Amino acid sequence: MHTRREHLAAIVTILPSIILLGIFVYGFIANSIYMSTTDWGQTAAMSLDPQIESVGLDNYRDLFTGFLNVRFRQDLVNMFFFTLLFVGLSLLVGLVLATIIDQLFWGETFFRTVFLYPMSLSMVVTGTIWRWILQPRGGINVLPTLIGLPPGKFLWLSSRDQRLVFDWSHLLHYACWVLLVVLAISAYSQWRQGKKGRLAWHLVICGVLAGLIASRVLTRLRLLPYPEMHGFNDALWGVVIAAVWQMSGYTMALYLAGLRTIPRELREAARVDGGSELQIYRYVDLPLLKPITASAIVILGHIALKIFDLIFAISSPDHYPTSMPAVTMFLKAFRGNELAVGSAIGVILFFIVSLLIVPYLIVSFRREE
Amino acid sequence: MKRFCLLTAAFCVVLVATLAVAAAAAPQGELEIFSWWAGDEGPALEALIALYEAKYPEVTVINATVTGGAGVHAKAVLKTRMLGGDPPDSFQVHAGQELIGTWVVAQRMEDLTWLFQEEGWFEVFPEDLLALISTDEGIWSVPVNIHRSNVMYYIPENLKKWGVEPPKTWDEFLAIAPSLQEQGVIPLSLGENWTAIHLWESVALSYLGPDKYDDLWEGKLSWTSPEVVGVWELFGRILEYTNPDAPSLSWQQATDMVVAGQAAFNIMGDWASGYMSVTLGVKPEEGYGWAPSPGTEGVFMALSDSFGLPVGCPNRENTIAWLKTIGSKEGQDTFNPLKGSISPRIDSDLSKYDVYLQSAARDYQSNRIVGSLAHGTVANERFMNDFATVMDIFLANKDPQAAAYAAQAVAIQSGLVK
Repeated sequence: MHTRREHLAAIVTILPSIILLGIFVYGFIANSIYMSTTDWGQTAAMSLDPQIESVGLDNYRDLFTGFLNVRFRQDLVNMFFFTLLFVGLSLLVGLVLATIIDQLFWGETFFRTVFLYPMSLSMVVTGTIWRWILQPRGGINVLPTLIGLPPGKFLWLSSRDQRLVFDWSHLLHYACWVLLVVLAISAYSQWRQGKKGRLAWHLVICGVLAGLIASRVLTRLRLLPYPEMHGFNDALWGVVIAAVWQMSGYTMALYLAGLRTIPRELREAARVDGGSELQIYRYVDLPLLKPITASAIVILGHIALKIFDLIFAISSPDHYPTSMPAVTMFLKAFRGNELAVGSAIGVILFFIVSLLIVPYLIVSFRREE
Repeated sequence: MKRFCLLTAAFCVVLVATLAVAAAAAPQGELEIFSWWAGDEGPALEALIALYEAKYPEVTVINATVTGGAGVHAKAVLKTRMLGGDPPDSFQVHAGQELIGTWVVAQRMEDLTWLFQEEGWFEVFPEDLLALISTDEGIWSVPVNIHRSNVMYYIPENLKKWGVEPPKTWDEFLAIAPSLQEQGVIPLSLGENWTAIHLWESVALSYLGPDKYDDLWEGKLSWTSPEVVGVWELFGRILEYTNPDAPSLSWQQATDMVVAGQAAFNIMGDWASGYMSVTLGVKPEEGYGWAPSPGTEGVFMALSDSFGLPVGCPNRENTIAWLKTIGSKEGQDTFNPLKGSISPRIDSDLSKYDVYLQSAARDYQSNRIVGSLAHGTVANERFMNDFATVMDIFLANKDPQAAAYAAQAVAIQSGLVK
């Protein structure tokens, strides 16, 4: 039983942090959302009492369809590919390292420290180091000359080549395809697990999406009056390598901890049933590591979506092939004085990160209850 | 009683007046100077502050520097401070539209015309320069240095080896560039985005000439006019002779390529002189040579760091004393030889400067002066920020027509064209 006194004490203890969070986190989020619906950033943006007028959602519409905001759209595409590659490769490298270290009979602490160490560096340091290593005239590209081969020619961070090029004005069409593929995979896993009810729903939505694509309505519904090509920039590889180098040690530590929590009995039972080591890994270890993967995706994902410092250090701020929304947000607001547009980019980033974090929070809440 | 009150009041008035006179005569208290001058440029600022402290020993100077990003970080911090109503006593700012477009239009700066009159600065600063840093309403800052933007650097010995002369026009450059390429030399070295804008302004000046170049910034020449499209076309042809890894190089690395004999020419502001002679130890004239960038002989494209008087700064009198110090001949000749720039005053003591700076000062005193785009003299910050976008799109697709239209849109949005 809690007494009233204890309740009061609890409230008084927690109150300062609630007030501070309320002002400095939620208050500022609300303020940013408000600012993003104004035109703050006209001529006298920096006056003590700037003339601010409400413009509704114009800033957002302009970011997604405006002629001059092509940079922001390329940023979004860069962010999408960067997040995918960075999270995917970090998980893969981390898992492989953890599995190998888990098998070692000696030197485990040593290797764990070695691989975890890059995480203790700040992103700015990582960016600066990799900027040197990836210099087209030095670093990695001259390595082959040590064994008599011609130097590498790949422009790690400065390439302007694009792959997977698509027309932004058909964005809805491509988004529909992505959704279809995701749902189809999900439907397949429902079918494997024998959840008939959910499977039916998935199939219905898949059918609707396929119908939409087949009807070509979406390709006629153009976002822009002219084609605008975006794609995956080769220059991103340099950034991905640096980021994976920094964070894969962290996923390794997560997976290693996960592998340690798997009860010995489970593996032994599998062995008794005649499972090979590979089968044990595939059917015992990997499924039990799923919750680790889920939290790693959330942690790495929000780092990737908000990435700023690494880009600023490894590349120059105005180099589009490696630019990200957070960089453009900073430049728009504090270099170009367009504070409202900067706020709008911030709000968009906030919603994208929420899409990743909120479902995770809901799931963990339910589990606790 | 009444008489007593009057007496007291009179006494108070006299007291306040004495204090005010005393304050005006000998500034005391604090003076906060906000800048991004640290590292290589730190000693020049420190020398200037030492001079100020020797003149006004009662004042404690707070040297508030925010380093990094060529001023990007400092400007961001400054903006949050100004918006929060906490201006520093004086801050470093590129003279011209970077100051005017952000701070003067927002009515955050005091007009300094009276100070220029009092100190006789109308006689010592060139008219072209005063025009660049003023509006119809006043003069807004005291320029402390002048850098030249349109300078082409090369190593004379290397040019002899490759059998070429420094080009006087871009046509000459385009004529000799293929032979340099055949010899495995990059004709023109280039660095990241802003160095491309830096090159662009030199190309624009040569293609348009100084009058039309000025018209562009006064909104009298349209960005979509055939002349400006022609600038982009010429710029595109020049880019074909630059290094493909430009985006990952800093300006120093682009200069290094010339010194190392990998590239023939580099167009950079004259801070590259200081970099070569001080950091790399290459002697001016014997080691490295320079010339106005092709087609800009007789024109001095200038940029200038300056300090102003923010409205509501906490120590106004001390700031005025600071402005007097940095505008004085003594102050400027203390600061500039160390900074590697020349004095904006035409009466500066040239014996204190090195060979390169003496030649720059002679050009400055005799040439037509125009302002730099890449360094904030002729366009406001919003234009500059979005022009970087236009530039990077052009570097990717090399489409002059599209660049011209995009630049026109930016000029309209940023208020450059009414």
